[in-house]
Amino acid sequence: MYVAVKGGEKAVKNSQRLVAKKRRGDISVQKISMDQIANQLGLGVDRVMAEGSLYDVTAAAMAIQQAQGDMTEAVFLVRAFRTTLKRFGNSIPVQTTKMTAIRRVSGIFKDIPGGQILGPTYDYTHRLIEPDPDHAPDPPCDRHTDTAPPDKTAACDDISPLPEELPRVIDILQAQGLLQQDETTPPGDAAEDLTRQPLAFPVSRNLRLQALARGDEGFVLGTAYSLQRGFGLDRHPFLGELKVGYVAVRYTPPELGFDIHIGRIKLTECVMVNRQDDAVRKAAGFETGYGLVFGQNERKAMSMSLLDRSLAARKNTGKTDYPAQDPEFILSHCDSVESSGFVQHLKLPHYVDFQSELVFIRNRRKDHTPDKGNP
Amino acid sequence: MPLSYNFAYLDEQSKKMIRRSILKAIAIPGFQVPFGGREMPLPYGWGTGGIQLTAAIIGPDDRLKVIDQGSDDTVNAISIKAFFKKTAGIAITEETKEATIIQTRHRIPETPLQKGQIMVFQVPIPEPLQFIEPKKSQTVKMHGFEEYGSMHVKLYEDIAKFGRIATAFDYPVQVHQRYIMSPSPIPKYDNPKLHRSPAVHLFGAGREKRIYAVPPYTDVVSLDFEDYPFELEKWDGACAVCGSTDSFLDEIITDDTGTRVFICSDTEYCKKNTGNPAP
Repeated sequence: MYVAVKGGEKAVKNSQRLVAKKRRGDISVQKISMDQIANQLGLGVDRVMAEGSLYDVTAAAMAIQQAQGDMTEAVFLVRAFRTTLKRFGNSIPVQTTKMTAIRRVSGIFKDIPGGQILGPTYDYTHRLIEPDPDHAPDPPCDRHTDTAPPDKTAACDDISPLPEELPRVIDILQAQGLLQQDETTPPGDAAEDLTRQPLAFPVSRNLRLQALARGDEGFVLGTAYSLQRGFGLDRHPFLGELKVGYVAVRYTPPELGFDIHIGRIKLTECVMVNRQDDAVRKAAGFETGYGLVFGQNERKAMSMSLLDRSLAARKNTGKTDYPAQDPEFILSHCDSVESSGFVQHLKLPHYVDFQSELVFIRNRRKDHTPDKGNP
Repeated sequence: MPLSYNFAYLDEQSKKMIRRSILKAIAIPGFQVPFGGREMPLPYGWGTGGIQLTAAIIGPDDRLKVIDQGSDDTVNAISIKAFFKKTAGIAITEETKEATIIQTRHRIPETPLQKGQIMVFQVPIPEPLQFIEPKKSQTVKMHGFEEYGSMHVKLYEDIAKFGRIATAFDYPVQVHQRYIMSPSPIPKYDNPKLHRSPAVHLFGAGREKRIYAVPPYTDVVSLDFEDYPFELEKWDGACAVCGSTDSFLDEIITDDTGTRVFICSDTEYCKKNTGNPAP
């Protein structure tokens, strides 16, 4: 009779054995190496690093393999690893104007100081599945063989000679006094950390941006899209600048007292520009939304900057007619590890609660008083 | 990648932070204390809040019991025990009396708890007002001003519609005549066990990042009305295994025609009744 509730331990062990087998697949097929994932599935690695909030190519590649390519599961693995790492300090804020850009586009000015750089993008490819997309001979950059550490993927980016410093496109608008001042975010040590403190409302801009940066790409994209369809925006937004490239990370160890270069990270930065003409409160002009994501992920950075703007708007206008204007709705539901866990916990046993419901329903049926209003 | 983890997984700083939140929660019974919930290697919804509480309070001498749906052997209980065996190497027990810490999902053991024991509840939705007012910014104020009218209206509407209060589990309670609290999704059958219990009851919500507590010997009263008093689930039969008539019974379908028998949800209690104590 106990068959129904016994045997949990054995079942779990068997299930873990089965998943290991499934993950390996047909053993006559060669196993994928971490290097292959880091190099040839680089955008996937970028996404896992961004949502995992950990810039670690090796950890992300290992997680993707361990999760059989399930990105949300891979993000979860990276998060569970990240949470055990010690937070030893804050870096100096990275200077994105000094980014070594591999791609930079603007939708608002044809010619921008520093120039537009198309760089690697699928934007203008024809999406035709080809038998072998790399049928052409391998591009010249194949220096990194299997001995090179995976983050050497950077070596593959063709970096044409670019100005040392790319001025920000919105600085043009700023100089003309056409931009509303953004909320200032405390730099460095004063910055809050979403992974060390719970989200509370009203939420500061730096926590809002952190939540969006690690938020689920699909959720962030979908809700940003809803803005564009009129569920929160009443006019077309513009892409001020979208930039992908590498920035140097500098850190001041307390025992040294001066800052040192500790590495390079790949980032996607986006600034969206919206017209603002709430004449009652301030002069007509433009306001911006900001997005910054680990790796190359333009879809995410653009969506993030649209949401950054619309979530800030609540403070300015006090209106939240649509979900994508409501910080609590967006920020409480954008995390894939949280949402995936809670939706899927329904697979856990709920015998006891369901039993309580059954008892309630049965007792109710026994009641002789006919339902009011119900036939 | 480093492959060693601290005792009970979490680093000591995180444990301290959680312990400070627990102390605050005990000082303000039933109040939800926001805390910097950490990401755990188990999914949200699987008991990350409870696991963090246990990880923060457990020591090498503790004896841990983990139950899910009242049973020591359901898959999730097994998995959480395996986690603490692996990361803390502590002793696991199925004996309610032997345990110093009991982590639970959805039940309180039938065997009465004793002074010195700690119950750790896994909580999915810590906010009892969540389905009345989904916005945290609002519910915080409602608790602050003890503005609980809408909860009573909801219970009243149940009576008007169904002739009785329709909440069967996660039945709201008022703690120490002040805060309205979710007892977690235990059946309302278990609510009276919280009232003036000699044990410490800690509640952890990992995803929502809230900790709250019921200290020992604290009043925990299930909400009701004078003319519609709080009532417990009742079964017509007894447990088919041990014959108990004083425990929460699960229904087991035994064949394709839908024949049902009832057995104790608390497996340890049931084994004891049959004179077959847990190992």
